[in-house]
Amino acid sequence: MTAPSSEPSAPPSSGPSAEPLLAVRGLVKEFPIRAGLFRRTVGAVQAVSGVSFDLHRGETLGLVGESGCGKSTTGRAVMRLIPATAGSVVFDGVDVQRAGSSALRALRRRMQIVFQDPYASLNPRMTVQAIVSEPLRIHGGWSDGGAERVRDLLDLVGLRPEHANRFPHEFSGGQRQRIGIARALALDPDLLVLDEPVSALDVSIQAGVVNLLEDIQDELGLAYLFIAHDLSVVRHISDRVGVMYLGKIVELGTADELYDQPAHPYTQALLSAVPLPDPRKQRERQRIVLEGDPPNPAHPPSGCRFRTRCWRKLELEADGVDTSACSEIDPLLSADEVGHEVACHFPKVRVMV
Amino acid sequence: MPAETPIAQLNMAIEPAAADETPAAVKAKGIGVIGWVAAVWLILVVVVAILAPVLPIDDPEAPGAGRALPLFTEGHVLGTDSSQRDVLSRLVWGARASLTVSVGAVAMGMVFGGTLGLVSGYRRGRIDTILSSLFDVMLAFPQLVLALSLVAFLKPTAPQAGAGEVVEAAGGLTTIQILILALGIIAIPLLARITRATSLTWSQREFVTAARAQGAKDLRIMIREVLPNALPAMFSIALLSVGIAIIGEGALSVLGMGVEPPAPSWGNMIAENRSVSRAPLNALFCPVIALFLTVMALNYLGDAIRARFDVRESSL
Repeated sequence: MTAPSSEPSAPPSSGPSAEPLLAVRGLVKEFPIRAGLFRRTVGAVQAVSGVSFDLHRGETLGLVGESGCGKSTTGRAVMRLIPATAGSVVFDGVDVQRAGSSALRALRRRMQIVFQDPYASLNPRMTVQAIVSEPLRIHGGWSDGGAERVRDLLDLVGLRPEHANRFPHEFSGGQRQRIGIARALALDPDLLVLDEPVSALDVSIQAGVVNLLEDIQDELGLAYLFIAHDLSVVRHISDRVGVMYLGKIVELGTADELYDQPAHPYTQALLSAVPLPDPRKQRERQRIVLEGDPPNPAHPPSGCRFRTRCWRKLELEADGVDTSACSEIDPLLSADEVGHEVACHFPKVRVMV
Repeated sequence: MPAETPIAQLNMAIEPAAADETPAAVKAKGIGVIGWVAAVWLILVVVVAILAPVLPIDDPEAPGAGRALPLFTEGHVLGTDSSQRDVLSRLVWGARASLTVSVGAVAMGMVFGGTLGLVSGYRRGRIDTILSSLFDVMLAFPQLVLALSLVAFLKPTAPQAGAGEVVEAAGGLTTIQILILALGIIAIPLLARITRATSLTWSQREFVTAARAQGAKDLRIMIREVLPNALPAMFSIALLSVGIAIIGEGALSVLGMGVEPPAPSWGNMIAENRSVSRAPLNALFCPVIALFLTVMALNYLGDAIRARFDVRESSL
């Protein structure tokens, strides 16, 4: 790529197939703020502000960022569970945002979602059998060996056949998440949006679910859009990783590039906060602590959205560098300066321990 | 990256253990002693009311001669009223009328109010605003006055026909049907509101989003996902409403708009015998006590059912 652009470059791991399974371009989602007697729109929360990425078959793209940065909204807008304000989502050549109701139903078979909260995402009045078979009933695949399919799915996610007649409240969090995964896999989708699938789980159980997801991907060749805020889990499972801050992707690259040579000051701050298992290293390593809270997404800062908390901007200003571009120009994702895409006026690779 | 090694090492075989023990606490938790007592009483009342035609009891409408008999008289366990009619027999036949009216009215409220409330709570937005205002308007009428005017409207010129004959209104509706309609219309906004409130909360749970992500249509989501979760609250309120409807029928009878005498209902038995100075007390207090126990049983059973399902809910 030569010119600065928000278009992401093709990932190196994708092989010869150039056509991405999912192409997101300039996705915007704003939630109107209404006030007054007549509920007039007085502003908008800019949850997602121009997110673009590609996802290829069999690939895992991780989306990380702190709470409220628009990761989950991106996932839901991609699925059209909430309508996007602007931008396009093209899934295997079909424009998801403009698909008619029958085309959308067909799309639903091929893209499924796993939710964060395994307690809220399963209907407490349905048995596991009913929950997992529901997608088959909706799309008319039940009479054609549906019961067997449910048994296979439960087996695939590591549940026993006798679990089928139980209700969700009889299971632990990790097992419920497995039920949710089985339900998402019932229609044999090509893409799974994983909306913080392990964040609500106990740490000891997270590993089991993450390993399960990897095994399933190896077996079925699914593409994952893995949304999380746990950086080590994301590195473990992802081929490429996008870091989001206040509705924008600020850095996008392969997992190794991003973790070993982070160039955006926000990514570096996030990585410096990952706990290390070695206490000596943990004590010695340098931490970058961000000051303050993320800005209000209803009134994001001008120019670079991270500039209000940017530690590099302060460093540069101390060295007498002119940083006026930070507050005037919105930096676009560009792979010019470092090997992968960064949205920063002053990108600089800094190796974090 | 050192942080990833613990994840890779941990095996997924750790977790499937918790679900093997059945949740005994949930299963053992029934509806409680009071709930059972209430249920037994209600079953008794319902069975007796259904079996009224085959039970070996006197004709509830055939007047005898002479003075009213007191309680525990031979052949008349609950005595007779001032017209020498057997009180027990009138109580049984009265239960039939009272229960038909109240259960019918609440069933009507459940079907119409439940449907409207479900749509309102699930769809939200403009439909919800319109339907909610409609419920509010209906609730703003004083309920007894509304019931009275509805009965008067549906039964225009009730010809006081010969004794023992069911009075036919202009529309061909029997008195019982008119009462079901009038009380049912009052029950609609009450049940609609409860259904709307519970559907509203359940509709925002993630499993509803999951169903949409699977491509389920709205009707399917409402029936398969939202309704089963809203039903316990609806049933609990419905049971309470049956009690209210029994009292409502009684109030209409006291005002002369209920079940037509000489056919008995608990309400008009109380109405006929409410002048304490002249009427025999057993004829007044037997229907009062039956009414009291039944309404109380409905309340307790409603509470017990709700508590039973709340526990299951909070154990999630």
